[in-house]
Amino acid sequence: MILLDALFGRNTGRFAFVNRLGELERAIMDVLWDAVTPMTVREVSVRLTERNLAHTTVMTVLDRLAKKGFAMRQRDGRAWRYCPAATREAYVAELMLTALDQTGDRTAALARFARSVSDVEADVLRDALEQTGEEHEGTG
Amino acid sequence: MRGLADAALLGAVAAGSVATMPAMVRATWPRRSPATAILLWQALGLAGGLAAVGTLLGGVMIGLPVSGRPTSIAGAFLRARALETAWWHEPGVLIAARGLCLVAGLALLTLLCWVLVAATAGVVNARRRQRELLALLAHGDPKVPGALVLDHPAAAAYCVPGLHSTIVFSAGALELLDPAELAAVLAHERAHLRERHDLVLLPFTALRRAFPRSGLCADAYRAVALLVEMLADDRALRARPARELISALVLFGTAGQVPAGTLAAGGEGDVAARVARLLRPMRPLPAPAIAAICAGAAVIAAAPAVLLVWVWLRATLVTRYQGPYGPMCCLLLPVLRKPFTFGRTSVR
Repeated sequence: MILLDALFGRNTGRFAFVNRLGELERAIMDVLWDAVTPMTVREVSVRLTERNLAHTTVMTVLDRLAKKGFAMRQRDGRAWRYCPAATREAYVAELMLTALDQTGDRTAALARFARSVSDVEADVLRDALEQTGEEHEGTG
Repeated sequence: MRGLADAALLGAVAAGSVATMPAMVRATWPRRSPATAILLWQALGLAGGLAAVGTLLGGVMIGLPVSGRPTSIAGAFLRARALETAWWHEPGVLIAARGLCLVAGLALLTLLCWVLVAATAGVVNARRRQRELLALLAHGDPKVPGALVLDHPAAAAYCVPGLHSTIVFSAGALELLDPAELAAVLAHERAHLRERHDLVLLPFTALRRAFPRSGLCADAYRAVALLVEMLADDRALRARPARELISALVLFGTAGQVPAGTLAAGGEGDVAARVARLLRPMRPLPAPAIAAICAGAAVIAAAPAVLLVWVWLRATLVTRYQGPYGPMCCLLLPVLRKPFTFGRTSVR
């Protein structure tokens, strides 16, 4: 069903819930990215005091992030310590590489507006644009 | 050898579809009416695949001498025995040839289904990854209402179709384009999402993955991808003037220049073709031509399915076996010497 939903873009009732969860994940990832050393659940909670989150909520979200592969955890005595699996810049770079089609992606999962063109083509394009600009100035 | 005639007809459909594709790649009329051309492409792809499978499966009837009216299997056999003097009518040879056709046909069918499933799974996974990362990294921006912005200096604009589809701009793109050009790009991407152009492209992605060395599959994919972009351009033109779309295209194309020949698979010349088409708008095809092409596409798409059912029925009738196992029984016919019963009908 999830596959069908994903293919045909049907909206399921989980949207609001997923949205809130996504927002929490994002806030917690921001905390992890800003931190210098791996953090315990309590340390993460302290940084998010204004959200007034339950300890277990933070733990659940951190666990989800670890399962998705965005956070890594290691044992420290009786507690887990969490750190980001990659830097924010690395993830942005991953998104951009896919967006610019530099990864050799053959799945065509995205629809890109336009690709970069070669030098020769670029000159032709600029000439064409200049011509239309003149035409518009001339007629307008 | 009527059975084989059916298989040959299916083969002709398959060969015809495949032979039409290079002509479709070269033709210029698709640029006048992209939607009609995309429809024809879908029909050609479907007919080519189904007919190729049908041809191979139809080969199960090799060596089966069939008159127009199969009166009894015994009669057919008697004639068959009288005819079967050449070495290729030996039971062993016949079984081998029919088995080969059956296995090849089923293998091709499995391959085609499998690549479609694999391509779908790949697309769904890649999009899930995109959405997960975007949820963590991207933010909204009043310049592009409803779209997400990714903080990166390079210019990029794309959409992630599917569940909770998203349009994404990079910060570099927001800097590169003025508000009017951004609105044109948004209109273009919204058209992609609204009309589910990704589903149109999916079978051709699958074919390209299945036959990565086939130039025809790569060409077909590129042609359909370009037509889909042109269709989205046309939709964007309904809301925005062409000037905005053209300057957005040119700015984007020239923003991250790459040396000639280093581009990822396909795409060379596509931006130029889109710009040329927007600069000098082509007249859409006349309505009768569009109607004729649509009717042709329907016939092409339906032909292999109808022929397949026909072959199956014939095989079932000819062998006079009830049930859906007719073609399988063709495989065994050469060794059927003694009377036996199969299902409800006794065969002598």
